Amino acid sequence: MKNEDQPRRRFLRQMLTVVPASAVTPAILMQQGCTDAAKPAAQTDGSRATSADDYKPTYFTDAEWTFVRAAVDELIPADATGAGGLEAGVPEFIDRQMETPYGHGKLWYMQGPFHPDADPLLGYQARFVPRDIYRYGIEACDAWCTQEHGKKFAELPRDTRVQVLEALEAGKIHLEPVGAKLLFATLLKNTHEGYFADPMYGGNRHMAGWKMIGFPGARADFADWIGQPGAKYPLGPVSILGEQA
Amino acid sequence: MAIKKDKVDAVMVGFGWTGAIMAKELVDAGLNVLALERGGMHDTATTAKYPNIADELSYVMRGKLFQDLSKETLTFRHSPDGTAVPYRQQGAMLLGNGVGGAGFHWNGLTWRPQASDLQLRSHYEQRYGKGFIPEGMTIQDFGVTYDELEPYFTQFEDVAGIAGKAGNLNGKLVPGGNRFEAPRSKEYPTPPLRDIYGAQLFAKAARELGHEPFPIPAANVSQPYTNPYGVRLGPCNFCGFCEDFGCYMYSKSSPQTTIHPALLDKPNFQLRTHCQVVRVNTDASGKRATGVTYIDAEGREVEQPADMVFLTAFQMHNVRLLLLSGIGRPYDPATGEGVVGRNFAYQMNGGVNAFLPKGTQLNPFIGAGAAGQAIDDFNGDNFDHGPLGFIGGANVRHNRTGGRPIGQAGVPKGTKKWGAGWKSAVQDSYQRMMTIVAQGSVMSYRDSYLSLDPTYRDAYGQPLLRVTFDWHDNELKMTQYTVGQAAKIARAMTDHVDVNVRKGHFDTRVYQSTHTTGGAVMGSDPSTSVVNKYLQSWDVHNLFVIGASAFPQNFGYNPTGLVGALSYWAAHAIRGQYLKNPGPLVQA
Repeated sequence: MKNEDQPRRRFLRQMLTVVPASAVTPAILMQQGCTDAAKPAAQTDGSRATSADDYKPTYFTDAEWTFVRAAVDELIPADATGAGGLEAGVPEFIDRQMETPYGHGKLWYMQGPFHPDADPLLGYQARFVPRDIYRYGIEACDAWCTQEHGKKFAELPRDTRVQVLEALEAGKIHLEPVGAKLLFATLLKNTHEGYFADPMYGGNRHMAGWKMIGFPGARADFADWIGQPGAKYPLGPVSILGEQA
Repeated sequence: MAIKKDKVDAVMVGFGWTGAIMAKELVDAGLNVLALERGGMHDTATTAKYPNIADELSYVMRGKLFQDLSKETLTFRHSPDGTAVPYRQQGAMLLGNGVGGAGFHWNGLTWRPQASDLQLRSHYEQRYGKGFIPEGMTIQDFGVTYDELEPYFTQFEDVAGIAGKAGNLNGKLVPGGNRFEAPRSKEYPTPPLRDIYGAQLFAKAARELGHEPFPIPAANVSQPYTNPYGVRLGPCNFCGFCEDFGCYMYSKSSPQTTIHPALLDKPNFQLRTHCQVVRVNTDASGKRATGVTYIDAEGREVEQPADMVFLTAFQMHNVRLLLLSGIGRPYDPATGEGVVGRNFAYQMNGGVNAFLPKGTQLNPFIGAGAAGQAIDDFNGDNFDHGPLGFIGGANVRHNRTGGRPIGQAGVPKGTKKWGAGWKSAVQDSYQRMMTIVAQGSVMSYRDSYLSLDPTYRDAYGQPLLRVTFDWHDNELKMTQYTVGQAAKIARAMTDHVDVNVRKGHFDTRVYQSTHTTGGAVMGSDPSTSVVNKYLQSWDVHNLFVIGASAFPQNFGYNPTGLVGALSYWAAHAIRGQYLKNPGPLVQA
């Protein structure tokens, strides 16, 4: 519990400046959310996809932030199915997670000795915490891209970026000290989290991820719908802080 | 120099289900009882407050209510000659922490085992012959029978308000219930939960195949209920935030919602949180416990004298405390001798994902921890094992705990995990994917055991518990067979079925089950058990070890029903016999 207090308090402080606007114009925000989710797919090439986002990262350096944004844009691209990871605020989510006990590896047992070559079935045995995984992993990946393709990851054409991510996922690129598979798995896990976690953590902006699949968020009361088997649930999502759609 | 506290009559080490049950029973008997809990206070009004509780990231992904692995974890290896490494991140099992323990964030499936599950070795030897039990399998009888425990299953179910439908009332089969269940003396205290849509579809398909599906017995009460302690629960609203969460509705039975209101304010009861018990103390003879030593929140060592000591922590921690305290002979797999740590077991789960026709609206977010339907045709010894060549079975069911988007929005096998393809697949699957699980038994073996790790230590400098465990052929055969049965039901619903059968070695990375058992098993022979049939230590008569640590092997049911029954059974013997005449309740 106490692990989460700090980010929550900080978040609440941040929210003080945001809440009045959204409280006054919930309907407009909601419409924007819907429009944003549908439009960019048709109108942008994604590589320039913006989220009208002036968020400044706390943990990531400029180079890392550029990498994370480009990677998230490929992992969850904007299209007709739903909002992309960028519009949904996934990079902000990941950056903010880096400041939590999770980002610092405080939720994991991190006493040595470390046996990174142990049977993978016995679980994570590296000494890197999430902050390290991104810091060392992004640097190594950008260096690899520069060596192989003459440009950093984010500067590559989209199809090349996808190929690089596929190679990372399959462990076909040798990166040190953080391995390609570890970097990719962490990035993908955090990206999915950022797309689907409650919006108070910075991602899933305007509940875009929930709208994509039809999850009603924090409604958490279906006494009135248990007797309607097979019927579409009529209400849109709500967030923990009360945003509705 | 340790701080020394005033003596109490009884101390509970751990304050989850077993600690609350035992404390309540002994407080009612007039004893001064102290409960020591290593974690913090959890209660409905603060810990499970709406809407904050509806937070998948915090409670599931970051494990807000789980054991803090940074302070204490387990180590794992696959065989006795391997080197164990730490369980550094949450994976295969999610151990609880804090007041209520895992009983605060469980799902609530509350079963009674089969009568034969409790006499497993005798039963199999009698029906299939001694040669049917493979070399190295160390299964044994519990030393207590179903008939002896029946009143205590009823007592636990009444306290917890379990929602269900009897299938066998005093030997008479009752339509709509589980025809395979052991005879029960009364109907469940509350009617079954209403069926979620997926459960209706599962039940229809199962019936078409000739099975008799029944509602899963649920610790999610289906209507307002007042338990025998006068504590009231409200009806479940299918919020979908049960598994890994506290229940904001006061609907899921937990120590908080069923016992604490009738216990915490009693003058002869005390609860101290943030107290990590590090050992049970014994007198010079080693035959009598004198109390426990714990580290308090300020890091001070505190000695707590007590006339009776109850290990009421989670299964793993009960065993670890015995080993740390040097009580009972540690198990040695080389010789097969010794008992503490022996017969560790787990569960072997597999299942299928059924993708129903497009347009199906499962509304997966409408769920409750134990909401669903099950069949028991392939569980326990309800089917002929002779031609199959394995022991045990699985509870086959569709159980919808919710539709959490991070963890429960699945896609068909072979789908890329990212990109536009993933997006469309996750959107397409969300409303029409349902899982049928085969939750299977795991037998005990000579090479599956618990011991202290020689290398890794907890935040207090004490050795971690080391788990030596891997799958055996028996369980691999069992899961192949029972998942096959689940697949048949799924195929009666749709053509698109993904089958997930576990193979190879045990994988600590992927969540499978928190139903760990054994290590301080009960029985009638001190050379093969740690505690007698009343869960009393054979070595130290004023020490009782309560919980799934007592199971000599594991069955295909969730364990809490039996854990609750064993707690009340032991309490009854303590109140009726032990308090009048302290000493061994069974002569070795």
